Amino acid sequence: MSDERPKGRIVVQLFPALKDLTRRGLAGWVILAGATVVSLIAIMTVISPWISPYNPIDINVGPILSPPSSQHPLGTNHLGQDMLSRVYSGGAIMFQVAILSVTVCIVVGVPIGLFASYTGGYTDKVASLVMDSIYAFPGLVLAIAIAAMLGPGVVNMALSIAVVYVPSYFRIIRSQVLTIKELPYAEAARMMGATGRSTLFSYILPNVIPSIVAVATINFADAILTAAGLTFVGLGLPISTPDWGWDLTYGRRLLTSGTWWVITFPGLMVVLLALGFTLMGEGLSELFNPRLQR
Amino acid sequence: MSLRSYIIARILLTIPMIMLLLTFVFLVVRVLPGDPASLHFEKQVDPQLLLQFKRRLGLDKPLEIQYIDYLSGLLRGDFGKSMQDFSPVSQQIFSAFPATLELAIWATIIMISVGVVLGVQASRSYNSLPDHSIRVFGTASYAIPVFFLGEVMIMIFAIYLHLFPAGDRIYAGMEPTGLTIGDMHWKSGLYVMDSILEGNPEKLLMSVRYLFLPSLTLGMVLCGIFVRLTRGNMLETLQLDFVTAARARGLKERTVVYGYALRNAFLPILTMMGLQFAALLAGAVLTETTFSWPGLGRYLVDRITFRDYTAIQGVVVFFGLVVAIVSLAVDILYAYLDPRIRF
Repeated sequence: MSDERPKGRIVVQLFPALKDLTRRGLAGWVILAGATVVSLIAIMTVISPWISPYNPIDINVGPILSPPSSQHPLGTNHLGQDMLSRVYSGGAIMFQVAILSVTVCIVVGVPIGLFASYTGGYTDKVASLVMDSIYAFPGLVLAIAIAAMLGPGVVNMALSIAVVYVPSYFRIIRSQVLTIKELPYAEAARMMGATGRSTLFSYILPNVIPSIVAVATINFADAILTAAGLTFVGLGLPISTPDWGWDLTYGRRLLTSGTWWVITFPGLMVVLLALGFTLMGEGLSELFNPRLQR
Repeated sequence: MSLRSYIIARILLTIPMIMLLLTFVFLVVRVLPGDPASLHFEKQVDPQLLLQFKRRLGLDKPLEIQYIDYLSGLLRGDFGKSMQDFSPVSQQIFSAFPATLELAIWATIIMISVGVVLGVQASRSYNSLPDHSIRVFGTASYAIPVFFLGEVMIMIFAIYLHLFPAGDRIYAGMEPTGLTIGDMHWKSGLYVMDSILEGNPEKLLMSVRYLFLPSLTLGMVLCGIFVRLTRGNMLETLQLDFVTAARARGLKERTVVYGYALRNAFLPILTMMGLQFAALLAGAVLTETTFSWPGLGRYLVDRITFRDYTAIQGVVVFFGLVVAIVSLAVDILYAYLDPRIRF
């Protein structure tokens, strides 16, 4: 058993599955559509400093609550901020929080899942019980409690979201490992004298990776929606950061005056971004594991 | 395994889960920030005053004593004291809970009926335009933040069309009084039910009008999973022999679909309802905030503004207990309806 093998396997498992997406039926097209939406929004966010007509956090760049006009194509809010510029740059926070929380989830959830399910017995029972307790809890409420205690900030927000979603990774990995470790090839590896560790990392892990990728992609959508939710209940970032969640939160109070443009455009951006990730995740799940239900 | 031993086993499994959860919330509130009392005061505070404040809330005791107080308090239905006015949190929780319950019930009704009807329609027009549009709707509903949908609903139906109120639960002073027999008064806190018990159609209409937008919003966001579940289940069931047999007997298509085939989807839908209950409560927190609905979620969000950490702890614990009890009930119901699960 050389050390090259596991790495080779991972590449063999994941990337050919993603090749020729256009020839893989509906699932392939769904992944492509989702990826396109996400990439476009990501590009827009990255180049926003160059394309924004105004600084998104400068106040009084125009009259307050001005409806969409040639000066301000998406209108202005109650602080006289330009909504177009805020829409361009408001995704940065979403991406940061989502990427950070998904990373934490993978770093924490995957090793626990692998170890507990491969070891089995008491370790597995305890880990499952802890994970199931968190999983059963209303996610947003738990995230609210943690975020309220930790205080505002991108990292704190990401951590409170990560705690809620670690069990999703744990569960998918556990169910996969339990199936795979009984398969003939894993048994053969053990019979040929592979140690527990090498069986786990060289033979089982590579087969679990596609599922992790699928879960992580769907998790991006959940993280974005949860981040927006945290902002909405007042646990978001300070006013000095352009953020779609913030616009949705404060725009609610402006609705009674008939101001529709402050919530509509940032809201649609959140929907598009979450939809892009959901589509990618659903397509990936179908491609890697047709029977996997969300 | 008999139904009784299944129930006992299931209850025994719930206890450690609840204990873990309670401990987790306790640690989050006491240990994560270091000291919730100092955190409550944004700026520096006189140490003497802080000590007094902690003493009144029992936060000056050692952690293990606080833990025991916390657990024994919960056994007595005591969810702690508010940091703001030292009033018992349980009172606030119990008075706000009926509003949340009522919203949750109506949202569930909408979620299931929309989900099932769309799912059935999609399965009947498999792989055609209606099927594709319904599937797109189902997927898109995951991606919509519930408060954004709520804001759009307010904008269209309340601000522009003036069809429904934009928020709150009822016109102030119009709260239904519930059932009155002689000197006996009883009310559930669920306004629709109380208006009927009071026999007041005006209040009933008003309660429904106030309920409509929030429950529609919450129901629509959560119905996607039921669309998918029903569609998948119906696609399989409609191929089965008993459906063909029912058709061959000349029954109306509607009777075949809704009276025969749909029954097979009942158990999976029930299971999913149990699983979705946590999501329903989480969604209710945001929906209540959007529509100024005076329920638990709004109470929780208010407490965040006041940095009232003991009250936040109380509400979060209460949410956890409700979810644990509901999922226990759903599992028992499921075992009762489907004996296979017990083995």
